[in-house]
Amino acid sequence: MALSRDDVAHLASLARIELGEAELDRMLGELSVILDSVAKVQQAPTEGVEPMSHPMPLTNVTRPDEVRPGLSAPEALSGAPEQEQQRFLVPRILDEE
Amino acid sequence: MASLLSTREVSAVELTQAHLDRTAAVDGAVHSYLHVDQVGALAQAEAVDRARAAGEDLHVLAGVPVAVKDVMTTRGLPTTCGSRVLEGWIPPYDATLVTKLREAGMPILGKTNMDEFAMGSSTEHSAYGPSHNPWDLERIPGGSGGGSSSVVASFQAPLAIGTDTGGSIRQPAAVTGTVGTKPTYGGVSRYGLVALASSLDQAGPCARTVLDTALLHAVIGGHDPRDSTSIDAPVPPVVEAARRADVSGMTLGIVKQLGGEGYQPGVRARFDEAVQLLVDRGAKVVEVDCPSFDYALAAYYLILPSEASSNLAKFDAMRYGLRVGPSGVDAPSAEQVMAASREAGFGDEVKRRIILGTYALSSGYYDAYYGQAQKVRRLIADDFAKAYETADVLLSPTAPTTAFKIGEKLDDPLAMYLNDVATIPANLAGVPGMSVPSGLADEDGLPTGLQILAPATADERLYTVGAALESALHERWGGPLLAKAPELKES
Repeated sequence: MALSRDDVAHLASLARIELGEAELDRMLGELSVILDSVAKVQQAPTEGVEPMSHPMPLTNVTRPDEVRPGLSAPEALSGAPEQEQQRFLVPRILDEE
Repeated sequence: MASLLSTREVSAVELTQAHLDRTAAVDGAVHSYLHVDQVGALAQAEAVDRARAAGEDLHVLAGVPVAVKDVMTTRGLPTTCGSRVLEGWIPPYDATLVTKLREAGMPILGKTNMDEFAMGSSTEHSAYGPSHNPWDLERIPGGSGGGSSSVVASFQAPLAIGTDTGGSIRQPAAVTGTVGTKPTYGGVSRYGLVALASSLDQAGPCARTVLDTALLHAVIGGHDPRDSTSIDAPVPPVVEAARRADVSGMTLGIVKQLGGEGYQPGVRARFDEAVQLLVDRGAKVVEVDCPSFDYALAAYYLILPSEASSNLAKFDAMRYGLRVGPSGVDAPSAEQVMAASREAGFGDEVKRRIILGTYALSSGYYDAYYGQAQKVRRLIADDFAKAYETADVLLSPTAPTTAFKIGEKLDDPLAMYLNDVATIPANLAGVPGMSVPSGLADEDGLPTGLQILAPATADERLYTVGAALESALHERWGGPLLAKAPELKES
């Protein structure tokens, strides 16, 4: 399945990466080559094979519901690009209309 | 070093200072470190010396300094993952394995260079510039843990921590003439490790000898209730195994699929000689067939980007990390700021893999790519299980070639990806692996590595075989391989 330039632009927007025009062209070429190569998985004899998402059998792990010390507010905010009144200050998340 | 410390012939401060001095002299050429913590390392060394003087019972490695790959969080010490996105970020907490190093009294010298978010096989994808191979400064030291391999190979640290998602401990060890182990998946806590692909990532030890590697493995291994995938069992007896070093009666499986086409003749020649040395010491050799390994690379380059695209979604410019506004927009939205920040903060390889993962997981292609890759993963695990019915461990060359030149494969992602062809199957199946130096290739005089793979949770077998091979090779060479490395000019 060949990728188009519009496909790459759409994927980049889904991934929240704003690609420039030249970057988009380069990415299209590179991704197409990589996809051709990884398409090899489709030739593997996998009929009746159960997919495996993880190397170890996983079971749910719980702990007693007890309060334990966590990060203090200043520690949690220590890497914040902007903060105000002990909160993360973020750009607007709703449209202006 | 540990014995010199315990008999107090050398102090922890002297030992730490010696490594800091070596770094000041040679790291301008090698660029193994992203951050050196002179003050913190010396303070920890002083504390160990005081405790030893007071007669306290100390860990065997107390006072032996260590370097940590910049993918592990370190409280109060910058952690960048080799990315601009995290430039200047100082984590408010320690990764579990860093806590264990501190508790053992091991001074942390600094954070080692790496491919951005551990994506790469050469350390050329670090946003802060590549590391260099101490054997030839024009060549790569492997990746993504090239900082950890080169810091050990250039004697700037005796021990280092790496992480291995598709070979990033073993392949750098092979091309720098050092030892590196990827423990069984879940054998070392991933808490505090900035995740690349959570079902593949595994932290482990890098060192100059098999025994040193085992000693570090024993410090960082073990169950961690903060990591739900951590194995709830004692650390395998790796130190005892490294000391035993006896392969008589063991069966070594040579993987048919790892070693043929694409493998450099010098790499193959050193591998065959090494296998013969193990046979001379009483091991038996069988060939094992793992047909699904032919699909491992393709499956890996679907599973890894899929998990990475999800893991790296947390870099959204809201709570920490880089935040830039889109140009020419007044009062931009959070979404616009996110897209502009990720564009500015991520390098090409990271963007490529995030977009590839977004594609592989998207509706309509999921079954053909990600779903199919997961089935291949099962086939590979089945191949391993079958191989371990006849062999105690499996052997192959660690990497198909010796270190290539910096820049040589940078524009060709597929050629770069091929470097991990022999190491990737172990990550897909979760089994442990080790790379041990096997000599120098005739063509270029550069180090080659031999890979040992063991069944899950049987990590001690790696150390038994690795130590036996190391001792046989040291006899042949009259000392360690690194003694043959060229002197680094002190600047």
